[in-house]
Amino acid sequence: MILPHDSLIVQTLTRTLLPIIQLFALYVLFFGQYGPGGGFVGGVIFGASLILSFLVFGANDTSQHILSRIAFQVDGLGLIIFAGVGGLCMIFAGQFLNYAAIPLPMLDTPDIRSLGIVFTQLGVAIDVAVTSISIVYSLSLPTNRSHSND
Amino acid sequence: MTILSTTMLLVLLVLTAAGAILIRDLISAVLVLGSYGFVLAITWALIGAVDVAFMEAVVGAGLSTVFFLITLFQTNALTDDVERQNPYPSWVGVLGLCLLGGILMSTASDLPSLGSPNSPPNVHISPTYLTQSLIDTNTPNVVASVLMDYRAFDTLIETAMIFSAGIAAALLLWRQNP
Repeated sequence: MILPHDSLIVQTLTRTLLPIIQLFALYVLFFGQYGPGGGFVGGVIFGASLILSFLVFGANDTSQHILSRIAFQVDGLGLIIFAGVGGLCMIFAGQFLNYAAIPLPMLDTPDIRSLGIVFTQLGVAIDVAVTSISIVYSLSLPTNRSHSND
Repeated sequence: MTILSTTMLLVLLVLTAAGAILIRDLISAVLVLGSYGFVLAITWALIGAVDVAFMEAVVGAGLSTVFFLITLFQTNALTDDVERQNPYPSWVGVLGLCLLGGILMSTASDLPSLGSPNSPPNVHISPTYLTQSLIDTNTPNVVASVLMDYRAFDTLIETAMIFSAGIAAALLLWRQNP
């Protein structure tokens, strides 16, 4: 079981840093088409921010309960988004994951493909973030051995 | 990228890798492993693979270190005074590794030089991606367009692999309901 951190300085600093880290994660995610980064890295950074709050505020914090419930509920959401974009292409009579097949008015083919890249990267990011925090939650569950020590 | 900085980085890489194996204290070994990932990320950034360097810095130096540390604190590895055993390597292993290293060093001169325009990967399909990425997909970063558009099916399978890894970890470690 992860207990909350003792130091008030660490807790206050984490409260300040969390939104900045998450904003940076979103920047890395959506700027991945123009610079280094992308879905994998953005998702890992977002997951790392949630892991930081989990390690600092402890497992008994209310937000951590809600977060762990959400993490175990939406475990396959990212994969569904990714594969759903591919399936949408097949519905509109294109090949699987050929984003150009999706008919969007007022958008050229390169723009549609660019939009497809954005949505699939979002799916990858959700998948990676949820996977990393669910591994941490699973690792920090109370085990039988630590129970007997209490 | 000068010869000196590259050599220093490679020496640091070997030192941190050896330290992660040889240090007996588990927490120190994990932290040295994280620094190994960081040095590896700097090396890749110097070579020019910025996306890989970013990934290695975040996953290799950050996330895996956190996983190792949480595992160490959750198990009784710290309180039970567990020390890693470092058995002496067998002569067969040492000889085989020296032989393998010799073979690799002798064939390394046949590899194309770094960034050579005539190397096989650079003449096959990379020019198509490099010239068509902006026109086809409106995406200047060729790595993103290759990963998410041209080779999206590979990335889908990778995502499915990460998803199944998370599910497997949750199932294996979930002894009781939280």
